[in-house]
Amino acid sequence: MEWKKYAYTFLITAAIFITAILASNYFSQKKITEIKDIESQISIDISASETQFSLLSELPCREISSSLLSKELATLGDKLSYMEENRGSDDSEVLSLKKYYSLLQIKDFLLLQKIKDQCGSNSTNSGLFIMYFYSNKGDCGDCQKEGFVLTKLRQDYPDLRVYSFDYNLDLSALETLISIYNIDKRLPVILINEKAYYGFKSVDDIKNILPALKVIDVENAKAAATAEKTKQSTTTKGQQ
Amino acid sequence: MFVKYVKITTMHLVSETVTYIFLFTALYIEVFFLITYFEFREKERKIPAVGALDKWPSVSVIVPVWNEGTTVLKTIFSLLELNYPKEKLSIFIVDDGSTDKTWNVIQRFSRNKQIKLLKKENGGKYTALNHALEFVDTELVGCLDADSFVHPEALKRIVVQFEDSEIMAVTPSIKVFEPKGLLGFIQKAEYMMGIFFRKIFYYLNAIYVTPGPFSIFRKSVFDKLGNYKHAYNTEDIEIALRMRKNNMKIGNVHNAFIYTIPPANFLSLYRQRLRWVYGFLKNAIDYKDMFFRPQYGNLGMIVLPAAGFSILSTMFFGAKIILSWINLLLLKIEEISTIGLSFHGFNLDFFYINTDIIVFISLIAIFGTFFIIMTSRELAEEKNRFGFDSILFLIFYTLLTPIWMSKAIYNVVLSKDTKWR
Repeated sequence: MEWKKYAYTFLITAAIFITAILASNYFSQKKITEIKDIESQISIDISASETQFSLLSELPCREISSSLLSKELATLGDKLSYMEENRGSDDSEVLSLKKYYSLLQIKDFLLLQKIKDQCGSNSTNSGLFIMYFYSNKGDCGDCQKEGFVLTKLRQDYPDLRVYSFDYNLDLSALETLISIYNIDKRLPVILINEKAYYGFKSVDDIKNILPALKVIDVENAKAAATAEKTKQSTTTKGQQ
Repeated sequence: MFVKYVKITTMHLVSETVTYIFLFTALYIEVFFLITYFEFREKERKIPAVGALDKWPSVSVIVPVWNEGTTVLKTIFSLLELNYPKEKLSIFIVDDGSTDKTWNVIQRFSRNKQIKLLKKENGGKYTALNHALEFVDTELVGCLDADSFVHPEALKRIVVQFEDSEIMAVTPSIKVFEPKGLLGFIQKAEYMMGIFFRKIFYYLNAIYVTPGPFSIFRKSVFDKLGNYKHAYNTEDIEIALRMRKNNMKIGNVHNAFIYTIPPANFLSLYRQRLRWVYGFLKNAIDYKDMFFRPQYGNLGMIVLPAAGFSILSTMFFGAKIILSWINLLLLKIEEISTIGLSFHGFNLDFFYINTDIIVFISLIAIFGTFFIIMTSRELAEEKNRFGFDSILFLIFYTLLTPIWMSKAIYNVVLSKDTKWR
């Protein structure tokens, strides 16, 4: 019998396994750090914008551009949900990052409201936003489909801000938000212009609720047509 | 990001744990075989190779045929062209009750002194072998299936190994003859890996199959242990296990090449593999007292359990892959039905590269597999260390095997016998 060889093989296999576990943990930790960095960056951005806003309360509305609002929220959301998928939604580190992310979304929303109050809804940033409440505890059959719809809308309309909240997240600020808007636990829920819409809403449903999106469609179509004309005339001129 | 995530349930945890146990075991086996390879490669280099013998022993080769009139000629000619003293080599062609012109086809050898033609009622391959064994009076005896041909030097290379008096049988290396199509190339790579593993099993004194094409035995094996048995149409597994149980050593010569015509279509491949896996499982049950028994050395402790484990793990990982594909497909269908076709583009951010433990383990396992493929090709005396067939093998093999393995397990559980063809 080659007990020694069996034992050596076991040690080598175990060593390979431990190395794999360490490597995986190392990269996972790196990803967590990356999310933390983005979160702190967004936090600084929001604070900076708030401060800037308070300092220049008389700032002409045309100078308040959408640059005041952080562009990184969506990227952060994507990365966070990827982490959630990989480490599980019960992972304590993921949970704490998610809470902070929800808080940042609320702060961003408040800043957006401030800008809207100051400059009205027709200001440059359009003030377009959707608030979305979901659950990933398996009690929301349509949440997955609604997720596809909102991801698509966010892709098609980069100025549209989608704030997504896990209804079950244990966060007092979120609970306050839910109670302010009287949102029942009939998920998925979409909140547009302070009105809650329950159940699955398709892309067209949302466009009907938020006609500003249709306006953007028309504008985009016009812009595309003009661009096409310009292109054609340039080509014709070039040929002449 | 708004997509609902699967909650970690107990089911999920169990599946994760089982995955890691399977991965650990698979890696253990792979590491063990690789260590063995390196350990013996060094030893083998120091042993001088035996070239020729002063006196070559007498050998009989039995060719059982059943409706194989088209390929048997090539098989017989390859035997006649063997570089071996003619007076020492007898060939028995046993027509196992063919219903076509096979008997007429082989009549052309009726006057050849080296060849004896036998005919009997159909009873299956093992009965044909046993029938011929009654006439065999040589020191060594082997079998060659009528779909295989031998390399001219194969017999000499094999016979040299019998110089070791402990060796009771010697297995050759089997290669695919002129592979055609996807299945042909996959089998080509598979057979070459078989060469590597048979060599490793030889090093470990743990060969448990004496393949139908050209395994050569000392005649005394049959005198002592009795003839071939039906053994669920895998008499080549049973005789090897019987020998091992009686502490008889089985050798291997990796450069004694035999070329075989593999099944050309999926159905015949499926039938052949079903027979092999079913036969292995049933024989393993019959010889279950050899598993995890130190007295059977590496065969009992590692190789037989590993062979059983490989069936289980192929089923497990195959099912896992297929389930994850179905999940992905369902998700995509739901997405398309909700928002239509939409292309997200590729995200090249490092963040989204999967860095799970399973990824690192798989990378190491794949690296090991690459090494095995390259070494196999070296042993098989192929020109290149890596080929098109290796790529096809890596892509398709793990997807094909669960098909016949699951059916074989199903048959074993319900005690349904398999047919030869």
